[in-house]
Amino acid sequence: MNRLKIRKAEELFFRVIMFLATSVILLALCMIIFSILRKGLPALSWSMISQLPKGGFYFGKEGGILNAIMGSVYLAFGATFLAFLIGLPVALYINIHLHKRKKLVNGIRFMLDVMWGIPSIVYGAFGFTVMLYFGMRSSLLAGMLTVTLFIIPIMIRAIDEVLKTVPTGLLEATLSLGSTKSETAYKVYFKQGISGIVTALLLSFGRAIGDAASVLFTTGYTDNMPTSLLQPTATLPLAIFFQLSSPIAEVKERAYASAVILTLIILFISLVSRISSRHYHKHKIK
Amino acid sequence: MAGKTKISIENLNLYIGKQHILKNVTTRIPEKQITVILGPSGCGKTTLLKSMNRLTDLYSNVKVSGKIMIEGEDILHTDTDITSIRKRMGLLSQRPYPLPMNIFNNVAYGLRISGRKNKMVLRQRVQHYLELVNLWDEVKDRLHDPASSLSIGQQQRLCLARGLSVDPDIILADEPTSALDPISSEVVEKKFFDLKNQYTVVVVTHSLQQARRIADYAIFMYLGEIVEQGEASEFFSNPKQELTKSYIKGLFN
Repeated sequence: MNRLKIRKAEELFFRVIMFLATSVILLALCMIIFSILRKGLPALSWSMISQLPKGGFYFGKEGGILNAIMGSVYLAFGATFLAFLIGLPVALYINIHLHKRKKLVNGIRFMLDVMWGIPSIVYGAFGFTVMLYFGMRSSLLAGMLTVTLFIIPIMIRAIDEVLKTVPTGLLEATLSLGSTKSETAYKVYFKQGISGIVTALLLSFGRAIGDAASVLFTTGYTDNMPTSLLQPTATLPLAIFFQLSSPIAEVKERAYASAVILTLIILFISLVSRISSRHYHKHKIK
Repeated sequence: MAGKTKISIENLNLYIGKQHILKNVTTRIPEKQITVILGPSGCGKTTLLKSMNRLTDLYSNVKVSGKIMIEGEDILHTDTDITSIRKRMGLLSQRPYPLPMNIFNNVAYGLRISGRKNKMVLRQRVQHYLELVNLWDEVKDRLHDPASSLSIGQQQRLCLARGLSVDPDIILADEPTSALDPISSEVVEKKFFDLKNQYTVVVVTHSLQQARRIADYAIFMYLGEIVEQGEASEFFSNPKQELTKSYIKGLFN
């Protein structure tokens, strides 16, 4: 009887702790969104998202940040696409073709985790060094490649974590039908892991569009619309950074409005991809 | 032994790391009969089954020696592509693993990878194989539903249909009914009876009753070795080894 009481008290204790932890996280998230909205919404206007910065924009005059929005969208889509093209085959390869070489695979995973942990400014500096070596100037392409490099480990490991959970029985069943390993990869593992692959795309896209340090040196910054891969372009994180560091109150508010735009883009992409992956998700074998 | 030999295994030894899983296994699997591999858990019966289509290649640190001859070809030392060897053997595992796609495509998958892409032909063949496993009537109105929405018993029959669709001549089954309800079990078991006219069937089971019901030839394994093997009638009525006798009496499991 006494033992039961202790166990019940234990249960209560852990439930309270878990509830508190969840509340703290949700509260923090709400506060971040609230503070961005409170400061950003009043400054958010149609001209902000439909116009280029006009003369004196950064001193509080008219204009918008369409250039940075487009620059970021191009950059993030391009980088996510490239990282996916490279990352998906890597994740499939280490899970199917290297299935039995556990030590090698763990080594690869360890290296990817280390790469994941390297701060983005280091990727920026690396990209910058390579650019200088080839005599390139800062451009959308240079930024895209640098960001690709920086999100590849995220892409691979996120897909990998899902493919790891594909039951060995499914691999055996597919191979027993006389599938080659590559058929197994693209016809079965891809479908089984689709929800995780979408998550990987989102994670990578979020990192790509939100990172300032890796694009600081590599994409540069301009007030023009991005029209060529080889021209410098503005990006949203840097637009936020430049506006936030202004002493003028109006400009600072616009920084928050820019943050609202960035958040909305990520929200929109998340919703679209979640909905579009639902079709495949229902086929998943549990 | 009556009938032709389909698979003959000679001195098969299999190690995983330092563990000796299969010890000097030598046996013959008769053609177009049901061979049952019996034995307590962990005796290596599943490993023996999986080495027949070289799924053991997927294990890490595995070392195999000996011979596994299928119609005269040693599949352990062959230039023939392993995928074409595997295609000749359908596998039914302990719990069903349908593919992450709809019911129709589960059966069509095998047909497609063997090059049949014509839509009309696919429809006909899919229906044919689903009928063969008594599943057609249950799923004909929901062919585009996810395979995962079927019951476990239906999934196992779907897997059997899928396995048959690539036109194998051998069916390997690893405790195919252990996760099923009694009715589905019976359907699968009966199916094996029908199939043995055309296919060589190898079933791993730890159910003695099932073994008695379906076996033409029986192999009893213990701790990685074959203790006794022979015609089922002889094996069950008149076992030679003490170990087999006590196993058949149900003294241990």
